[in-house]
Amino acid sequence: MTEPVLRLDAVAVEYGRRGEKVRAVDGVDLAVARGEIVGLVGESGCGKSTLARAAVGLEPLAAGRVSFEGHDVAFTGRRRRPGYLRGLQMVFQDPYESLNPRRKVGEIIADGARLGGGTRQAALRRAAELLKRVGLPEGAVDSYPHEFSGGQRQRIAIARTLAAGPSCLIADEPISALDASAQAQIANLLSELVDDADLGLILVSHDLSVVRQVADRVAVMYLGRIVEIGDTETVWGNPRHPYTEALVAAIPHADGSGVLPADLPGDVPDPANPPSGCRFHPRCRLVTGSCRELDQRLAPALGREIACHVRAGSAASAATGAADRPAPDS
Amino acid sequence: MSGQLLTVDGLSVSLPTRTGYHKAVDDLSFALGEGEIMGIAGESGSGKTMTALSLFGLLPPGARVTGSIRLDGTELTGLGRKQLRAIRGRQIAMVSQDPATALHPILPIGTQLTEHMRYHLGVSKSEALSRAVGLLETVRIPDPEQALRSYAGQFSGGMRQRIAIAVALAAEPRLLVADEPTTALDVTVQAGILRLLDRLCRERGMAVIVITHDLGVMSATARRLCVMYAGRLAEAGPTAELLGRPRHPYTRGLLDALPHPEAGGAPLVPIGGRPPSLGDVPDGCPFHPRCRYAQPSCATGRPEPEPVGAAHLLACPPDPLRAAS
Repeated sequence: MTEPVLRLDAVAVEYGRRGEKVRAVDGVDLAVARGEIVGLVGESGCGKSTLARAAVGLEPLAAGRVSFEGHDVAFTGRRRRPGYLRGLQMVFQDPYESLNPRRKVGEIIADGARLGGGTRQAALRRAAELLKRVGLPEGAVDSYPHEFSGGQRQRIAIARTLAAGPSCLIADEPISALDASAQAQIANLLSELVDDADLGLILVSHDLSVVRQVADRVAVMYLGRIVEIGDTETVWGNPRHPYTEALVAAIPHADGSGVLPADLPGDVPDPANPPSGCRFHPRCRLVTGSCRELDQRLAPALGREIACHVRAGSAASAATGAADRPAPDS
Repeated sequence: MSGQLLTVDGLSVSLPTRTGYHKAVDDLSFALGEGEIMGIAGESGSGKTMTALSLFGLLPPGARVTGSIRLDGTELTGLGRKQLRAIRGRQIAMVSQDPATALHPILPIGTQLTEHMRYHLGVSKSEALSRAVGLLETVRIPDPEQALRSYAGQFSGGMRQRIAIAVALAAEPRLLVADEPTTALDVTVQAGILRLLDRLCRERGMAVIVITHDLGVMSATARRLCVMYAGRLAEAGPTAELLGRPRHPYTRGLLDALPHPEAGGAPLVPIGGRPPSLGDVPDGCPFHPRCRYAQPSCATGRPEPEPVGAAHLLACPPDPLRAAS
């Protein structure tokens, strides 16, 4: 197994809200290697965006640590980011807001290239190359962001991150603001870049079907914690955590069958006041008495890791006497 | 056609731009019966939202409308503001994509729910409040009494969208137009809202037009589907038929751009290029520059929707997918 390029250990992020502490992310371990796409999915409010921001140093950590190529990723706030973090870049959700409307596309991208030194001319040439790489004409350097569609702007935003020569990208809902065919184009582009430039990518999305299509591994978050993580095919083909099951069953299929997707009643609870025991138990169809008390953390079961003692327990009893199957390499 | 709740016939909407008037909706016809859910699909700029707005007389200033929109026998085009006001909310209501802007931020939810009922149905305040509680229960808002006194900002996105649906339903409209009602929402919340719309149609005989680019959402709810491209109808028919055996290359392209569980990790197949902008619609079939089956004949002449099966219309004369279907 290759050494991960980015590693999160027991990361927790807290917000202050009306004098009380809200733990938006509560003890998450996650790693991504070069050439790998890790999908991070979950309902809104589960902490996936907060986790993404913490992973690049945009949020202070309440506990745990984030390391990128062996360096600590600390919250930088308004201070200048240290040079060794240049290879860790973020793609934001809304390409209408993440690009400065008053600057030319070439200048926006050249900024990233100039971080590594070199002349303005060289940086602008690099910007033209990168535009071509992301599927836009080189002449776009002289245009302004408003001249492009949403999908094209997201390509520009991606070119800007590439200008810094990244080894790891964090993309927070990079396609959810785009049209259907633009979504497919951007998902394919990210996937190609990971292969070509040997990048690590954490893809945060509430669009489960796209994550399934491009991610090598998938992590499912619920209320600040990862509840299931493993190879995409393993997790998606046969979800074992009841929450993952509910998410997969809620996806409507475009097959014309007229089948309504399955409902998961209730909303994500307030993270300021998480339920006791398993945080999913108030909405879980498998809930037993002990779920209200036992706070099950991630444990290997059925070829992936899940945080559900009901399912992990039944898997363990089913596997009694059999040799332990090793978890698949990631 | 009698027995139809809504009949749209030859509808065109022209919008003023710097280069003159251009058609955002071009000769569109469809009909919808009571209790029926119909979908309108297409990329942004296909004219689907303009079609919806034209039903409400809410087009941008200067827009020109030709053709006919009949709701239960009443012609809606050319109605005055006062007459439209009696129809909006009461006969037809809209749920828009963004629940954050659909609700008033500083009026309590209760006021927004009861305003409609008092205006359109003329019920008393206490009667309206008790109906409002019932509506919030229908859309499954916990503790409805408390919710009536709360403000939009105190709810999550999914709950706000459910409240916006409750507001739209307040005056018991006969037709609900839902423009991307679940695009901003999580799949779990989306599933709840789709089931709710389906139930309301069956229980109240309400008709729904769902406008979305999400063919999965269409497949789950709509019995019939219209696929629009550059303001025109590309293909229309029963949802199962259109999604199972699409005949228009554009419908096929929309389906291919979706991730399919069976396809494993195969790359998605996006439609190359992007939809034409207003005033820049190519001659001939508007889709031909992006179409992988395009023939020289596609660049001239205007393809009209022709019947190719029971209730199935196709605006693609070469019909290259006929053999595949």
